[in-house]
Amino acid sequence: MYTKKANQILIIGIIALILAVFPMVGTACAIFGLIVAARNKNARTLIRADVGRGLSIIALLINIVAIIYLILFKQISHTPAWLMSLREAFYATKFYSDFENNFITDNRYTFIRKGLGVTFEVTFFAVLLGIALGVVVALIRSSYDTLKEELKGGFGKAILFILYKICGIYLTVIRGTPVVVQLMIIYFVIFASSNNKILVAVLAFGINSGAYVAEIIRGGIMSVDKGQFEAGRSLGFGYVRTMAFIIIPQAFKTVLPALANEFIVLIKETSVSGYVGLQELTKGGDIIRSRTYSAFMPLIAVAIIYLLIVIFFSWLVSLLERRLKNSER
Amino acid sequence: MSADNNVIISVNDLKKYYNGGEVKALDGITTDIKKGEVVVVIGPSGSGKSTFLRSLNLLERPTGGTITFEGKDIMSSSTDINKLRQQMGMVFQHFNLFPHLTILKNMTIAPMKLHGLSKEAAEKKALDLLRRVGLQDRAGAYPAQLSGGQKQRIAIVRALAMDPDVMLFDEPTSALDPEMVGEVLDVMKKLAEEGMTMVCVTHEMGFAREVATRVIFMDCGKIIEENTPDQIFTNPQNERLKSFLQKVL
Ligand SMILES: Nc1ncnc2c1ncn2[C@@H]1O[C@H](COP(=O)(O)OP(=O)(O)OP(=O)(O)O)[C@@H](O)[C@H]1O
Ligand SMILES: [Mg+2]
Repeated sequence: MYTKKANQILIIGIIALILAVFPMVGTACAIFGLIVAARNKNARTLIRADVGRGLSIIALLINIVAIIYLILFKQISHTPAWLMSLREAFYATKFYSDFENNFITDNRYTFIRKGLGVTFEVTFFAVLLGIALGVVVALIRSSYDTLKEELKGGFGKAILFILYKICGIYLTVIRGTPVVVQLMIIYFVIFASSNNKILVAVLAFGINSGAYVAEIIRGGIMSVDKGQFEAGRSLGFGYVRTMAFIIIPQAFKTVLPALANEFIVLIKETSVSGYVGLQELTKGGDIIRSRTYSAFMPLIAVAIIYLLIVIFFSWLVSLLERRLKNSER
Repeated sequence: MSADNNVIISVNDLKKYYNGGEVKALDGITTDIKKGEVVVVIGPSGSGKSTFLRSLNLLERPTGGTITFEGKDIMSSSTDINKLRQQMGMVFQHFNLFPHLTILKNMTIAPMKLHGLSKEAAEKKALDLLRRVGLQDRAGAYPAQLSGGQKQRIAIVRALAMDPDVMLFDEPTSALDPEMVGEVLDVMKKLAEEGMTMVCVTHEMGFAREVATRVIFMDCGKIIEENTPDQIFTNPQNERLKSFLQKVL
């Protein structure tokens, strides 16, 4: 019954985002979207209304930044006198000279931009590696727990036992030492001959995250009712197929939010990559600081960027959680 | 051990110990289950009924003794237990339907993946079975949308979709509200009439009396008495059986 309003809110949000090319109209549209959303709180029981509202907020931010940019910097043929004087006054402030010194002179903003790219790159591949490792380790550990009775000794059991022990050591070592130390060991000791810092960072953070992901997934597997496993086995599915068709799909659903949170944690953790000289976002800000000897602007800028990223992804996770809860009925 | 080729399951001196022999859940069970028999297992709580039933398809690993199913030793390492389990349907007290799959998928996943049935063939078969238990209109629903009685009827036909030779039931009506017990027992009764070989652990004495061909009374991990329902209920021999019947009837 609220579907119509919810759809409306969603569409307004999308339009507001597109209209960022005409920031004035875009802002108006975004504000309109927020008002509609605020006046139809009921519609927000539908996820799509929340998505629309979120898009409106994002559009609003983008549009406001665009407007500020247009007012202060855009060169047009007949800039009105009042605007010129406004600009002169702004250019004369300490804020602007700091801003210019830190970000515009020598194109210093590129340290931030490139750093952000590196941060995303490292995080993305580290997450993939972490999930792959985590799934494998979780499966080995939980399969040993359930299969140790069923395997009648012999070769298979010995192999599984060795793998189980290796996974145990992996979890203990990785979770028992700081990630910076792991990063430095991989860079300075294991990969001493290579200079591929991105690869080193991906490995370090992926291996580190894998240990936490493994425990998240194992928790998910254990949270699935034992009767599900027995039902699968009693139909005639073997261990692997029972896991694949029945247990993992249910476990995955319960751990998805926790996995997404692990990703958010990882984005922030990559900020220590500067220890091995990788120029990611934090290091980028720090380089600016070392060139300009002013710490405030670059570091606050870096902090704001992390904050926006984390808020954005946390929002996505909350939508995901709601989505999963809805499908449970 | 039996040369009788009507015997489907042959159990010999079956033992299951927990905590290194401290708990003797099964303490030497010997019995044969023949084709077409409906064996009802009764006994007080903790007497080992579930353990016995779950040993038959190796959900529990026995400590000692032998079980042969259709002539094969199920505990031998050369036996493919997954193959054997496909011929033994099992119904649980708590249904254990797969909550992430629709009713139709619950019923087609095993025939498709294990018997290699095409999607169409598996769905046709599932719908036929659903019709038999009057639930054909719930094919697209998820388990959470069904009542307990409906869930258990689905669990029964899910097992039947694999064309098993034997059906094992572990207290299939114990988790149900009283008004739903009847609909599940009716399905089981129909199944028995069609000649299915069944082993049921149940507290429904009416069902045992009416449908069973043989009743086994267990206590402390042992078979204390086994006989036709008529003899068990009207002419019990053992004192423990007598006092058990006094409590439940
Ligand atoms: N995993 C286990 N560890 C230790 N003891 C167990 C375990 N499983 C069962 N037992 C014991 O084995 C005995 C038989 O249990 P079982 O579940 O077979 O009884 P039951 O006849 O099915 O009882 P109920 O009617 O309550 O279902 C009980 O004494 C029980 O405590
Ligand atoms: Mg029981």
